[in-house]
Amino acid sequence: MDIFAQVIIDGLLTGMLYALVAAGLSLIWGVMDVIHFAHGEFLMVAMYLSFWLGFLAGVDPVVSWIASGVFLFIIGALTYRLVISHCIGKSAMPPLLATFGLSLFLKNLCMNRFSPNFRLLQDTLLGGKTVMIGSVVIGLPQLVTGVFSLIMLLALYYLIKKTRLGWAIQATAMDREAAELMGIHTDRIYLLVFGMGGACVGIAGGLMTSYLAVHPEVGSLFGLIAFLIVALGGFGSVPGALVAALIIGLVEALAGFYIAPVFKYVAVFMLYLVVVMVRPKGLFGW
Amino acid sequence: MALLEVDNLTMTFGSLVANRDVSFQVEAGTIVGLIGPNGAGKTTIFNCLAGMYKPTAGRIVFDGRDITRLPAWKVSRLGMARTFQVVRPLKEMTVLENILVGAYLRQADSDRAMEIALRCLKTCFLEGDKDRPAGDLTIGNKKRLEVARALATGPKLLLLDEAVAGLTSTEVRQMVGLIRGLRDEGITILMVEHIMEAIMPIADKIVVLDGGIKIAEDRPAAVVANETVIKAYFGEKFSQRLKTMKQAGAS
Amino acid sequence: MKTTRFQQRDLVWGALVVMLAALPLIPGVIGNSFRAHVMIMVLLYASMAQSWNIVSGYAGQTSFGHSVFFGIGAYGAGMAVVTYGLTPWPGFLAGALLAAVVAVLISWPCFRLSGHYFAIATFAIVEIFNRLFMVWDWVGGALGLDYPILPDGWVNFVWSQTKVGFYYGALALFVLIFGIVRWIETHRLGYYLRAVREGQETAESLGVNSTAVKLSAMAFSAFLAALCGGFFVQYNYRVDPPMVMSLEMSMKFVLITILGGLGNFWGPLLGAMILIPLQEYTRAYLTVLGSGVDLVIFGLIIVLMMVKQPRGIMGIVTDFRARRRRAGALPDAGA
Repeated sequence: MDIFAQVIIDGLLTGMLYALVAAGLSLIWGVMDVIHFAHGEFLMVAMYLSFWLGFLAGVDPVVSWIASGVFLFIIGALTYRLVISHCIGKSAMPPLLATFGLSLFLKNLCMNRFSPNFRLLQDTLLGGKTVMIGSVVIGLPQLVTGVFSLIMLLALYYLIKKTRLGWAIQATAMDREAAELMGIHTDRIYLLVFGMGGACVGIAGGLMTSYLAVHPEVGSLFGLIAFLIVALGGFGSVPGALVAALIIGLVEALAGFYIAPVFKYVAVFMLYLVVVMVRPKGLFGW
Repeated sequence: MALLEVDNLTMTFGSLVANRDVSFQVEAGTIVGLIGPNGAGKTTIFNCLAGMYKPTAGRIVFDGRDITRLPAWKVSRLGMARTFQVVRPLKEMTVLENILVGAYLRQADSDRAMEIALRCLKTCFLEGDKDRPAGDLTIGNKKRLEVARALATGPKLLLLDEAVAGLTSTEVRQMVGLIRGLRDEGITILMVEHIMEAIMPIADKIVVLDGGIKIAEDRPAAVVANETVIKAYFGEKFSQRLKTMKQAGAS
Repeated sequence: MKTTRFQQRDLVWGALVVMLAALPLIPGVIGNSFRAHVMIMVLLYASMAQSWNIVSGYAGQTSFGHSVFFGIGAYGAGMAVVTYGLTPWPGFLAGALLAAVVAVLISWPCFRLSGHYFAIATFAIVEIFNRLFMVWDWVGGALGLDYPILPDGWVNFVWSQTKVGFYYGALALFVLIFGIVRWIETHRLGYYLRAVREGQETAESLGVNSTAVKLSAMAFSAFLAALCGGFFVQYNYRVDPPMVMSLEMSMKFVLITILGGLGNFWGPLLGAMILIPLQEYTRAYLTVLGSGVDLVIFGLIIVLMMVKQPRGIMGIVTDFRARRRRAGALPDAGA
């Protein structure tokens, strides 16, 4: 029973982290209808930045997340301005493939410069420490990251639902032309949203180096899972991303523990296929 | 037995009743008009007939077969073709290629399909635009393409949905002549129309819908004088005024 | 005139094939050289991309799952040779048929998914197959299948001394697949595929059974992709899951076709002619700059292409022709 609780909590915490990563993607997808293939690689960049700040300048992830958040916001905005804005249109392929090209570029650039080796920060503030709740052992970095992700998600949700900027974003998402007619500068909204998507992974990545090793492939898996979460939760929906992420985190943990580690992701993918067959627009999709 | 029998057709979308208990018949070799104010449910009926919607209740019998629940492609194969009110050219394909798609329904062989397509091209005055991408045509030609494409499928019954809307008066006259020619060749026509000068002269029978129900089914002259029809188009007040005027004129 | 254009394309195509077939007769051109390797890869990838083009270009169903069919074909041949000690030929056929069946089974439920959801579903399917094959002992699991030493020749479809045999094998595959697509283009299936792509409901109103059409496209496409997989395993003398059943491999199908021009007969060949030599030569000669440089350049090219001309090389050609026509240089002979 205790082990069950342990697995559940692990799954939920993983899920919360996934949720932050996925929320950025969901926003971009929902507002601009762009599949951002390089989202995972943005996470990788954030992690490398955080790692090098920690390794070379001794800045701890609990602080450097700010830097990676800002840096990835800028990267996201630049990506939009230089690449996406030029190929957005009625076909979904050009932005998708452009971001795919970008992901190849970033991943292999890091592989070339930083080698494929796994790099883990030693002596971080949170790293290696645990907390006991009852008889359940929880890693401190996972707990902090998970809770912090949740807070960020709530902030994001509040931003979108309750502020004028958020309404402008929603309007642009629903009908770009109509939003323009209302005086909304949709190009700037897109720029902002892409930046925000970057910031989400920037923050997540910054914190993750407390306990996860960074390497060139780290983005790929997180990226793919983020896609599943967004599609499962329905694109454009932040609460959908959270619910879907928690479900996926749980399924991954349960399958990994009770079936076999190898089947962790198979279960996740099958879950996606099953859900999407029953509800072709995801759980909360627009 | 009529070529097309519509029996108590009802189509609801949630709580909206688009068609309620509509019944009418289309005899082979005739032109039947389907008119009514906006929102009367004309295109909905078409979509039910053509298999795009599954009717909530009622029956559709075409050429002796119950086609009520058949999907669109099967209905087309049985000989009922349709055009769309808002034109749907296959944009990136040329005009000829568009028509070929229709022609292949009757002829799997490419050369013979091409013959059919070229003939339909000519009938509908589209020869000049043969190799142009369908998306680049003028609205008039796009409408002609709708007809040519449907024609290529070799239909027994052709459903025309506002085939002359948006055309100039010369183009309207040309299209009307075309439609009459098709009827003379043996194709039965059921057409939805708003433009009275296109339909009144050529229709053998008019069916009038209003608010989802049928309010008249008669020869054109009788429909024009029908009080319920006048009320549907012009309102209660005018209908009364007209009645009084007529009575005053008669006495 | 349309018929003239068809004939023109066929003439060019025929001439190209003849030229390629005659190439090995020139001494030193093929042999065992790296150049021969590149040419074989160009022919192979062009064929793979063309098989994908049927479904995604002509029918408009963008699938990222083609590496699954490619992989099934590879494993079909591989199992025939390694597990059962046969020649690969029954494996080629079995793999291709199996791939077609799998394609139909998977796509049928997926077709009701729209755009993005469909694409993601195809990713999920590749990943599932990948991981399953990694742990499935019958197909060799993570280690895959390794070929023993076999006598050269067409029976075993291996050649160790010279690449000429593989070259003709690749050429045969190329002729087959491009030939089939050409046939599709000029017959009813091609028109129905494009009609479904341009407007599924409209096509159905013209009597096109869109589900049947899409499924046939998938079946054809998977069958041909699997044959390419069969060639691939023979050429490499081994197969394991990451080599064939991966998203990377799927993306190659996609990229080559798009870079060349989606839905266009020449697209896959043009795309392969640019990307494959780039891939092979940078991999061979730029290792001094460190690993992954070829992919860095690849990625950059893709980004540039999508920003500047998303319709690929054929897009550049069509735009060029359109501009010249507007300037009055060419007669208005239609698109």
